[in-house]
Amino acid sequence: MGTVTVAALGKAYKQYPSQRTRLKEWLLPWSKPCHSLKWILKDISFIVQPGEAVGVIGVNGAGKSTLLKLLTGTTQPTLGSVKLEGRVAAMLELGMGFHPDFTGRQNVYMAGQLLGYGMGELEGLMPEIEAFAEIGEYIDQPVRIYSSGMQMRLAFSVATARRPDILVVDEALAVGDAYFQHKSFDRIREYRRKGTTLLIVSHDKVAIQSICDRAILLDAGRLAMEGHPEAVMDYYNAMLADRENKSVRQMGTQDGKVQTISGSGEATVIDIAMIDAHDQRVEVVKVGEAVCLRIVVEVRADLPELVLGYMIKDRLGQPVFGTNSHHLKRSLASVPKGARIEFQFRFLVGLGVGAYSVAVALHTSDNHIAHNYEWRDLAFMFNVINIDQSPFVGLAWLPPVMECKLNER
Amino acid sequence: MKSTLQALWAYRSFIIGSVQREFQVRYQKSLLGATWAILNPLAMIMVYTVIFSQIMRARLPGLDPTFGYSIYLCAGLLTWGLFSEIANRAQSMFIEHANLLKKINFPRFCLPIIVVSSALLNFFIIFGIFVIFLLVSGNFPGWPFVALVPVLAVLIIFAISLGIILGVLNVFFRDVGQGFGIILQFWFWLTPIVYSASILPTGLQPWMVLNPMTSLMTAFQGILAEGRWPDWSSLLPVTLLSAGLCVLSLRLFRQRAGEIVDEI
Repeated sequence: MGTVTVAALGKAYKQYPSQRTRLKEWLLPWSKPCHSLKWILKDISFIVQPGEAVGVIGVNGAGKSTLLKLLTGTTQPTLGSVKLEGRVAAMLELGMGFHPDFTGRQNVYMAGQLLGYGMGELEGLMPEIEAFAEIGEYIDQPVRIYSSGMQMRLAFSVATARRPDILVVDEALAVGDAYFQHKSFDRIREYRRKGTTLLIVSHDKVAIQSICDRAILLDAGRLAMEGHPEAVMDYYNAMLADRENKSVRQMGTQDGKVQTISGSGEATVIDIAMIDAHDQRVEVVKVGEAVCLRIVVEVRADLPELVLGYMIKDRLGQPVFGTNSHHLKRSLASVPKGARIEFQFRFLVGLGVGAYSVAVALHTSDNHIAHNYEWRDLAFMFNVINIDQSPFVGLAWLPPVMECKLNER
Repeated sequence: MKSTLQALWAYRSFIIGSVQREFQVRYQKSLLGATWAILNPLAMIMVYTVIFSQIMRARLPGLDPTFGYSIYLCAGLLTWGLFSEIANRAQSMFIEHANLLKKINFPRFCLPIIVVSSALLNFFIIFGIFVIFLLVSGNFPGWPFVALVPVLAVLIIFAISLGIILGVLNVFFRDVGQGFGIILQFWFWLTPIVYSASILPTGLQPWMVLNPMTSLMTAFQGILAEGRWPDWSSLLPVTLLSAGLCVLSLRLFRQRAGEIVDEI
């Protein structure tokens, strides 16, 4: 129950030069095929074990939605096979096939019946579905007047009314507001704890990294990478900026993590260190300590603009704090070849106890998509310990001043 | 075949629910609600009766002088209405449900079942009123009435088989949808529904046999207007044709069902 097996899956759409050629091919089945095949997916194989959560990422057009359609059976594979064991609930795009003229309630019944609920079961589940979707009296209005957020809330509510063995979600949740996103991910997490297998397509890095055990990267219809979400997301990010150069390298570090380096190389980081108040290089810092992140950059070509950015991440790869010199209004213009630049970022360590890494990037304007000179993940690692502050938990150190008044009755 | 039937049974609440919903939505925001289901065909019958009864009275001597022509007309019009509703809705069913087909996986064969059930529901409503009228006016045909069941069955199989073929073809070649509307118009007038075959010039009359609907309509008219058992041998060609179309439609459906989703 809950296993997903995909073997050598491929999907192509037939393209005919004209309607007449299609007719000719139908009427004369023994003649040569006169269509061309447009391959959307090629040779995809993976297995998802029961209870696992897999994230599917890739740029628009990589084939993610097609893969999910093949998984749920709404379209047939051209090559290969798909096998799903157990009850499947799928949310492909927004509406789950909602009919615009039916009311929300009628659509819930329709979608529920299609998901395999009986009439009596649906009537029993109705109050819960209404309560979760929280669209109030709109549930008795035709769906065509709903906003996309409301449609999604209703669709998610119906699809997850009963815990399925396999849950497939395609990019739909992005449409909801923060409150509903929290609610839906809470429910997804709860089902995962109870053993539901999850397949989710998302562009939301945080969502994928926090929920998924594994990630699959699709690129131009092929399985480009499969592995730990952090490594796959790093590779994906690097790929986004690195279309032509193809110089994305990934290396294993000593403690088993994967470092991703990419970029055109016109500027590079030659040294990065954390300096304490005594001008010493440190790798362990205290909560609340004043430190300086010092980065030395070597420029290998004349550059019109140079921006240095850094991102502090926790041990799970979640971003904790990141900024760049453009946001700090200190980007450099007209940097000559051969220049060596030392950047210093001073700050107080307002972080919780734990291990952290720093990723650095050299680029133009305010992000690395435009022109990426270098992107280096895991450029520096450091640990934070708590020696002289009061005990606390969490990623952020937000020391409160506490006051407590006792009211005499 | 068996797995399809099992799948259809598993989805029966969807099928029943869909028929219910279609009926509800049609009359949702109207003041008169479901009465429109009756008013439409009634109006059509009244118009035809008024225009044609004068022309036709002399030509149908064996009928009851007051209502004879109306009953004759209804026999053909109502059953033709069932045929055309099934064929028309089936021809566009995949395109109409494109949204649903692309988002959720369900047995595609539910759609023709829903079309037939929905059309039958509308038919029974108006036909029920017609039968009440027959009983009240004393024109009930008696025992030959039960012959309606097999003849209706042949009509329905003919309609839905044709509908499935057209429905599948229409996805790939949209001309089918456009063309069928025109064909139906001509077909209606080439069938002796409003008139009787006897008013046609004697040279043309044998050609009417080529129209599969002629024998069906003649049977209905015979049963309801004259209380006559149908001529079973005349129904044989159309029955064989229906069976053939049925097989053809199922084959075509099975062959192309997977491709449909990619084209809509």
